[in-house]
Amino acid sequence: MKRQIPVILVGMFGLFMIFQYFVPHESSEWVYEFLLDWTIIIGIFAMALGLWSLYRVSVEKIKTRKPAWGYNYLTLCGLFTMMFFGFTTQNGEAWGWFFPFLVSANLVLVLMIQASVNKGGRGLFLGLAGVFLVACVVIIVFDNTWGFHFETAQGLQSTMFRAFFDHILIPIFATMFSLLAFFIASAAYRAFRARNVMATLLLLAALIVMLRFHPFYGPLTPYIAPFMSKTSNWLMNVPNLAAQRAIIIGVGLGIVATALKVILGIERGYMGKG
Amino acid sequence: MKLKLLVLCLLLSCFSVASAQEGTSPPEDTLLFDSTLLPAPVTNLVAFDTENDHGHAITLEWEISVDDGAGKQSVAMYEVFRWVPDLMTAIPSFRDTLDYLKLRTSSSWSEPEPGSRTDSIHSVFAKLDMAQLEQKKETLERTIGQAIRDLPAAHAAYPENGSWQQVAVAPSGSVTAEDVGTKEKDSPDYLPDYSDFYYRVNAVTADPDIRTPSEIFGPVQSYGQWFNLGRLAVFVFVMIFGFLTIFFVSHARRGADLYVRPLAGIEAVDDAIGRATEMGRPILYVMGLGTADQIATIASFTILGRVAKRVAEYQTKLMVPAYESVVMAVAQEVVKTAYYDAGRPDDYKEDIVFFVTSLQFAYVAAVNGLMLRELPATNVYMGKFFAESLLLAETGAVAGSIQIAGTDEIAQIPFFIVACDYTLIGEELYAASAYLGREPILLGSLKAQDWAKAAVIILVLAGLILANLGVGNDWAWANNIVDFFRVVD
Repeated sequence: MKRQIPVILVGMFGLFMIFQYFVPHESSEWVYEFLLDWTIIIGIFAMALGLWSLYRVSVEKIKTRKPAWGYNYLTLCGLFTMMFFGFTTQNGEAWGWFFPFLVSANLVLVLMIQASVNKGGRGLFLGLAGVFLVACVVIIVFDNTWGFHFETAQGLQSTMFRAFFDHILIPIFATMFSLLAFFIASAAYRAFRARNVMATLLLLAALIVMLRFHPFYGPLTPYIAPFMSKTSNWLMNVPNLAAQRAIIIGVGLGIVATALKVILGIERGYMGKG
Repeated sequence: MKLKLLVLCLLLSCFSVASAQEGTSPPEDTLLFDSTLLPAPVTNLVAFDTENDHGHAITLEWEISVDDGAGKQSVAMYEVFRWVPDLMTAIPSFRDTLDYLKLRTSSSWSEPEPGSRTDSIHSVFAKLDMAQLEQKKETLERTIGQAIRDLPAAHAAYPENGSWQQVAVAPSGSVTAEDVGTKEKDSPDYLPDYSDFYYRVNAVTADPDIRTPSEIFGPVQSYGQWFNLGRLAVFVFVMIFGFLTIFFVSHARRGADLYVRPLAGIEAVDDAIGRATEMGRPILYVMGLGTADQIATIASFTILGRVAKRVAEYQTKLMVPAYESVVMAVAQEVVKTAYYDAGRPDDYKEDIVFFVTSLQFAYVAAVNGLMLRELPATNVYMGKFFAESLLLAETGAVAGSIQIAGTDEIAQIPFFIVACDYTLIGEELYAASAYLGREPILLGSLKAQDWAKAAVIILVLAGLILANLGVGNDWAWANNIVDFFRVVD
């Protein structure tokens, strides 16, 4: 029964989703949108599971003193700080006791973790955490320069959230993405080594396509550039596109086949049963 | 001499001015046609419910004015008008008032800017207390609900208590236009179904005040369809494919011997796990950035189950960093079941599958760090991958891991082919679970896929021939067949 009910549910909703694609009626759309809302709700609950997993794995690494375990404190404090920024807004221009509160709250988190992972000195850590917790509560009660916002997404526009996102996160992402250029170069070097006939063909095709974009042939430009351009276009639009379309058709059929297998209960890998 | 030159220059300049004036003379057309002459109206106007939709839309067709591109050539565009009852026009102002009342009774109320729309409404209700405002709000909500219910009756009262409103514009030469509304009752573009609509089309000249209305067409009603005929070909194909899948699966169940081509990437999985066991290093399984509802991720769950079972048997360490929390929850269940099936439930730990982050490059940083710290013997990438594919695979190559990848993202396949030892291309990812398990039922579905592929090849060739012959010879039947396979959204 534990396995049959999920299979029946998947079959039922899967079949509905297939027929919904062919039924444009408003009532069909209503059910579809209702189900999509459910996926959002499930996603939000699952996010809590994700955060718990991240916390537990990080604490475990700190506890067992795995290599580079100190960074896990950074992960947890970063997570907590960004969440805090996302739920708070300033009531005016002044910062008030905003940053002392932030530091105190992070210290509470760090000391609580220390208390849970350290066998000795647990009382000291808990005591210190209690002191900083009291400091946090006092600041929340008496400082009116900022406040919590749980009802709206107003916190996402708060100065500190935007500053951290725009000036720390985005440059880091850009750095990671820019690494791609170097990895493409190293991957291309490995791919274009003429080890056999196929690799040589690949090298020639790649050279033609690349040289098309760098037509510096000096006085020979009028003779070579049009040839390179035509050959490159042919390579991209005929053999390359044909292969891509073949893969796309295969992927499309594979998607339908897998979906049917899931709906019919033949494929149950998502339940841990193949 | 100087005087002669001066006269010559003056003559030349006069000649050049005269020739320039000749060159800028208006074209013949503008001399012959006045673009503001009253044009003839459009004729044979018809309106009907837009096909294959959810309702709330009307399509109009007409024959162009005789002065559109011919005759007086004075038509600049067509304006489509619908008769709208006053009740429908009043609803948006009711809503503005309701929005004001909601804001006024909420905690985020602040005084409106002087002269704004909210300020003008505020001047009417400024003196009311909170209880009165709440009462007004409830009354207005009921009024709006009733007004929406009364819209069909208000439309049926044509031509009493209403006016013509422009709903669409079409350039000259157009013979069709669509009046598309929305199903959202609280939207200003709401178009009620099963209401009598009346339309007319104005032929408008370059001077917008000079226009000729057509005859009025109506009543016409919009309503939703129960089947999108534009997707009939897809429906037929899905039915045939579904039948093929069921047929081959039942064929396989009866014990038929089905041959499937071996896949090097899949056959390498066992060797890779064995290598990791011998080296005493972990196996890293990356499921990509896909969500749990994507087929590539579902296929990845199945492969993960097989890999986890083998890992549990060999007592090797497995690491599965997850990008999405739903994927993490499902993957945990998959791995747990695999460990139970392998008879090693004690070896299962919840931290085998762990959540990292839902940000693409932060995820890459975390996984790359994991690769360089833990130095896994084998990296398996199965699922949906985007720009991070090469970042992960190259780092894995640097760490000296055996790498097996599979994705259905066409743009990422070349990166994996270059950086990984084995790559499953496109649909091979979906087929991998059948290859790994060698279960006849799953192999049966692969056979159905092969037959469907053969059918697609035949249809592509037939379509190619029919499309070319049909166009060349104007064969209606050939074009009809081609049109049948054309999917209309």
